[in-house]
Amino acid sequence: MEKQNGVNLHFKIEQNDFDRAGEASSQFKSMLRKLGLDAKLIRRAAIAMYEAEINLTIHALGGNIDISITKDRIKMQIIDKGPGIKDLELAMQEGYSTASNAVREMGFGAGMGLPNMKKCSDEFEIESEYGKGTNLTMIFSI
Amino acid sequence: MDERKHYHSVVLDSEKCTGCTNCMQRCPMEAIRVRNGKAIIIKERCIDCGECIVVCPYHAQGASTDNIEEIKDYKVKIAIPAVSLHGQFSRNIKRKNIFEAIKELGFDMVYDEAIACRLSSIAIKKLIQEKKLPKPVIGSACAAVLRLIKDKYPMLLDHIIPLESPMEIAARLARLEAMKKYNVLDEDISVTYIASCPARVTSVHEPMGLEKSAITNVISFKKLYGDLLKNIKGHKSDESEDVDKNCGIQWATIGGQSKLSGLMNYIAVDGINNVIKVLDQIEVGTLDNVDYIEAMACIGGCVGGPLNIENSFVAENRIRNLLEKMPVQPKIDSKKIMDLYDSGLITWDVGKEWEDNSKKEEFGIMIERLQKTEEILKKLPGLNCGSCGAPSCKALAEDIVNGHASIKDCLILEKGDKK
Repeated sequence: MEKQNGVNLHFKIEQNDFDRAGEASSQFKSMLRKLGLDAKLIRRAAIAMYEAEINLTIHALGGNIDISITKDRIKMQIIDKGPGIKDLELAMQEGYSTASNAVREMGFGAGMGLPNMKKCSDEFEIESEYGKGTNLTMIFSI
Repeated sequence: MDERKHYHSVVLDSEKCTGCTNCMQRCPMEAIRVRNGKAIIIKERCIDCGECIVVCPYHAQGASTDNIEEIKDYKVKIAIPAVSLHGQFSRNIKRKNIFEAIKELGFDMVYDEAIACRLSSIAIKKLIQEKKLPKPVIGSACAAVLRLIKDKYPMLLDHIIPLESPMEIAARLARLEAMKKYNVLDEDISVTYIASCPARVTSVHEPMGLEKSAITNVISFKKLYGDLLKNIKGHKSDESEDVDKNCGIQWATIGGQSKLSGLMNYIAVDGINNVIKVLDQIEVGTLDNVDYIEAMACIGGCVGGPLNIENSFVAENRIRNLLEKMPVQPKIDSKKIMDLYDSGLITWDVGKEWEDNSKKEEFGIMIERLQKTEEILKKLPGLNCGSCGAPSCKALAEDIVNGHASIKDCLILEKGDKK
């Protein structure tokens, strides 16, 4: 399953699984450390990954994160099957959040997830259809 | 030392080691392996946290520290006991008795680390208020945590407060005092630190962000305890006043640094595994609105150091009681502390450590190694039982790829094959 010139990682994230929230990011971070990548790159990739993981846990009905690492770049693809984002422009605004009160009490829902991910990545593409799902791709140059 | 050779002070007494794998399972850096029935420490991975010393049921792990004979030729010999010293003796023993007993071991002057702790608290508060430091600011008092950050979290090096550890500050101040008092040169003075942990030994022999430490050598408190007790018992009891106690002693217990600094927005975390969890969170940016992280590798803070004698909870109680009875402390002008800071006497330049971490291997080789590791990992049982002498199946897979082990080391696979 591994390509010859890179590493592929696959993570399945379950909705509301707060027992494991953050574990996928931890594993991803360990992998990046083992590859000896630049510390600053690891940091922003880890932040973006963590935000993506939390988003899938809190907002989406779960989803998948597929990562491919080659010597030029890290490509992260985050796909979920719903509920989709109603207003993409609003969602990308800092501070805007659709998180429930219960989730906010846990310390999440600050409304910084998507804007942070865009800031951390070198390329950021997001597509969403309300009622269908969301497809997000981020690229980090090495 | 001219070259950084991954000096570490934790050593194994192989006669006492039974290969029980306790230390190997508990090492937070997966730095221990068991080969030929004995534990060995992989130098490059060891951060001297002393966890293995604490958990070894046979007391086979210990710390190698220096000897008091090394300093016999110095004109003026200073001793700086670790601040956790204040919790090591029963409450009816006066501080000045203890300091006298230390002098009788062969020192001219004893300088209390608590003095430097108190100054540091004032500096910490001012630095957080006045300088634009990346948040959260991480304290620099624990040598094992600093090593952990350097090895595993180099992107957090710039979060470490640019303030030297109290040990180093105490050494510098003590030297200045001695030069004046005894009218000698700096090179005629030796400063011996009486340590509660092995990480301190390494921080002197292979200092971070510093060319040379102001400390000359480090001796384990445990090693001196017997002689200290004898000396103390030899003193006649008297009713005279004790020496000035310093509220800096609360640095010996977890939470003490932050409380003395008057901070409210802080996290005090003890125990190396808990520190790792907090550092992981800092890395992904979830603790950006916390001012200060007081991170200590030993449970309870420095009173929990493996080279102490007293139970850490008993020591904590003593320190709390000493604080209760403490007279009002003389005021210290915080401006004077900041002048000290600006003069460079108490600052710490962590930038030097950053450069050391930019060496790495060719990317293609790394990928190949990772892929091979994944392939081997799939063949292993995934029980992390430790019988192969590695702490986890993943660690064994890495060792195999690096040529340090063989898949035949896995006893479960071997047993399965023989059926």
